[in-house]
Amino acid sequence: MVTTTTSPPPKGPDTEARRSKSTARPGDKIFLGLSRGSGITLLVIMAAIAIFLTYRAALAISKDEANFLTTSEWNPAGNPPVFGIAVLAFGTIVSSVIAMIIAVPVAIGIALFISHYAPRKLAAPLAYVVDLLAAVPSIIYGLWGAIFLVPYLDGLNKWLDEYMGWTYIFDKASDGLARNLFTVGILLAIMILPIITNVTREVFLQVPKMHEEAALALGATRWEVIRMSVLPFGRSGIISASMLGLGRALGETMAVAVVLSPSFVISGHLLDPGGGTFAQNIASKFNEANEFGRDALIASGLVLFAITLLVNGAARWIIARRKEYSGAAA
Amino acid sequence: MAKRIDVSGLSAYYGAHKAIDDISMTVEPRSVTAFIGPSGCGKSTFLRTLNRMHEVTPGGRVEGKVMLDDENLYGSHVDPVAVRRTVGMVFQRPNPFPTMSIFDNVAAGLRLNGKYKKSQLNEIVERSLKGANLWNEVKDRLNKPGSGLSGGQQQRLCIARAIAVEPDVLLMDEPCSALDPISTLAIEDLIGELKERFTIVIVTHNMQQAARVSDRTAFFNLAAVGQPGKLIELDDTERIFSNPSVQATEDYISGRFG
Amino acid sequence: MSHAIQDRPVQTAVRHDPLRHARLPRWSPLAIAAGSIAAGVGLGLAAGWHSRIQWGLLAALFFVLGTYAVTAKVEGSRQAKDRVATSLVWVCFILAVIPLLSLAWVTISKGLETLDPYFLSHSMNGVLDAEVGGGIYHALLGTIEQVLLATLIAAPIGLLTAVYLVEYGRGKLAQAVTFFVDVMTGVPSIVAGLFILATWNLMLGFGPSGFAGAMALAILMMPVVVRSTEEMLKLVPNELREASLALGVPKWRTILKVVLPTAIGGITTGVMLAVARITGETAPVLLLVFGTKLINENPFEGAQASLPLYVYEQYAVGTDAAISRAWAAALVLIAFVMILNLVARGIARWKAPKTGR
Repeated sequence: MVTTTTSPPPKGPDTEARRSKSTARPGDKIFLGLSRGSGITLLVIMAAIAIFLTYRAALAISKDEANFLTTSEWNPAGNPPVFGIAVLAFGTIVSSVIAMIIAVPVAIGIALFISHYAPRKLAAPLAYVVDLLAAVPSIIYGLWGAIFLVPYLDGLNKWLDEYMGWTYIFDKASDGLARNLFTVGILLAIMILPIITNVTREVFLQVPKMHEEAALALGATRWEVIRMSVLPFGRSGIISASMLGLGRALGETMAVAVVLSPSFVISGHLLDPGGGTFAQNIASKFNEANEFGRDALIASGLVLFAITLLVNGAARWIIARRKEYSGAAA
Repeated sequence: MAKRIDVSGLSAYYGAHKAIDDISMTVEPRSVTAFIGPSGCGKSTFLRTLNRMHEVTPGGRVEGKVMLDDENLYGSHVDPVAVRRTVGMVFQRPNPFPTMSIFDNVAAGLRLNGKYKKSQLNEIVERSLKGANLWNEVKDRLNKPGSGLSGGQQQRLCIARAIAVEPDVLLMDEPCSALDPISTLAIEDLIGELKERFTIVIVTHNMQQAARVSDRTAFFNLAAVGQPGKLIELDDTERIFSNPSVQATEDYISGRFG
Repeated sequence: MSHAIQDRPVQTAVRHDPLRHARLPRWSPLAIAAGSIAAGVGLGLAAGWHSRIQWGLLAALFFVLGTYAVTAKVEGSRQAKDRVATSLVWVCFILAVIPLLSLAWVTISKGLETLDPYFLSHSMNGVLDAEVGGGIYHALLGTIEQVLLATLIAAPIGLLTAVYLVEYGRGKLAQAVTFFVDVMTGVPSIVAGLFILATWNLMLGFGPSGFAGAMALAILMMPVVVRSTEEMLKLVPNELREASLALGVPKWRTILKVVLPTAIGGITTGVMLAVARITGETAPVLLLVFGTKLINENPFEGAQASLPLYVYEQYAVGTDAAISRAWAAALVLIAFVMILNLVARGIARWKAPKTGR
């Protein structure tokens, strides 16, 4: 489940020498062809995803009578068709940001708990449980979120409205259940917590003991050891884990579709019901959409695809840039 | 600054396993004391009890007393963190903080223990690097990562880091075993200089090294594998290597076992 | 050189802390925790807050602040920071455990209310929304067929790709494949669904079917299989390959007879974990399989049901009977995924290559 991004170079055998020999046999040729073909298939699929989504999206956008990027309306079946992703982009980013603000620090905390604080007898089973939690299907988080979390957050919403209302974002203008972006953010945070925790914990456990002992021997407290050797060593791991979680949060469909009561308004009042995300909008609008409407949804999906590509690319870039400091050389 | 260590009745455990048994000895200030003995005899474990690093190992536990001048390191109100600050340590493999520059590595311990002005830090870092005979090699690249140095330089950087906080005692756990002969020689010279300021205890596998650098030598041994290690004898290095009072010491030194 | 240092007057003194200082008793964190919980509950009751979430947050806040204040006063600021870090880590842990425990508890207790053999062996044929009864047989069947088909597509391609990357791969093509496998891992499931929708349904004109869903699931599964298989193949020691090659065994037979069998345990685990992951995917199934109340045994023709989709549909229906069906189906789904996970990890432990690491 874990994508190791800094995997060591494969200790593969000296292929140069063997390749010349291997080409001689038909069995080898076929096998090489098959395995190389599979790799190429993968590339073709990725290219096809990009090409076909772009093509169908272009069909839709060319007939869009409004600005696709800035319009906060979704009416591809109208005459003329008008649809834009402004609300979806806003909702997707806001809910993911809320999720990250909550999940990343907590995940680092849990990872530290498992790797450095928990009693040893507790640590191993705990890590196992977190592993399992990462596999819980998102629809189940959605079901639990809609039926259990939403009523529970009602009180918190009222409280935030009363005492933090002056911050604007926590001002609850309209009544109604807590089926808002804030709740979605919390639910997404709970969902991505296990993934971020898992990857981060593994990185923390890889911190060479000698770095921790170096800090200890200088008279560092446990927290100072973590700050001096564990966190710096784990930084790129934390970043890649967070990006992995962010990717999940951005693309999460069912949990959002179940919890959010959508509307096509951009509102900074996070506690008001409404808003939407790319994935949620596709799932909710799909059944009622005709072929053109589906193309419009594909167009919004293409934007989601592009955003997740950017996030993953950024993660990889950060990790590559920090490699010289990763401590692998020491 | 340099203080006397007085150990009495010290035993250390890993869980239920007793690693060293009932060790008592005195380490004189401003001298180098070497610990020698076969693998598994507990000399490294014993060394790590002197700055309370042993109890960091899961299951690690210590009984007995370690007096640093007139303070018991295992006294009930003693903070192990403060102990490690007072008793510095250099490890088998050089372990500079990989994400820190050379300067920050040396200043790391100082920054933990209070506020210093930039100029004061500069001064102490320079003093420590000079004390570790590394200043001339790194003065132009203090802001480069410490992991870019050679192994021997890294180990001297670790020594500079340890002496920057001016500990009372400096423990060295086979500091040269990962180094080439020339770097080893540099470290050995350095140990000779450092002993004028610090009480130094060094664990070594290399008997020639013990003979070269130490004033006193302690020989550790174990009855059998799985048995706890014991202190066999501690005496002036010259005497240990020429005329030890215990037969086992002589056997070990002359290469008859271990 | 050292003499020069000795001669120079020491200008900046290095600060020394005393070895002993006042320390808090061992039971102090517990005492502070008990005090903050009492304060949190007390204040919550006094202010008349209904939600216990606020009580808990308040208690957590008191705990962290109280720890800092008490420690800073008695032990000093460094120790205070250390203790606050410790208490924060504990708070994180507890904060995270509560919702996850709640999720598990609710799913199990609600699910067991409806779950029985009848539920497992009947479809929703003729069952009205508000009516009690009906079951998930059609959905189970659909999910199993879709996941099997997806595995049949994804596992060979993923496995062979991993073999290519580890055993043959150097150069540009391998680099590109490695990079795009990473990219593919990040593709949201709904995008995979949209891709099949755009090609298979909209351009080629096929209707919804289990197979369409399986293709989207296969896209999600492939990168996971490639990554895990790659890791396992890298663990196979080179000596084994060389020993076999030295005996004159051709490379492809070496891979088939030596490398793959050595890593088979780990590879199986990876494939099973990937299966567990796609089993719970709802979004692509929603777009491509469409859902039905009836039993459709043919995954290549017509709409099918699927377990995660069933949970979603029953929730959307919203009647009490439907919601309890949703919980029961959720329990079956979670049990299915968990059993797959446990078995997979069991295999990993049992078949772990003894030579690795």
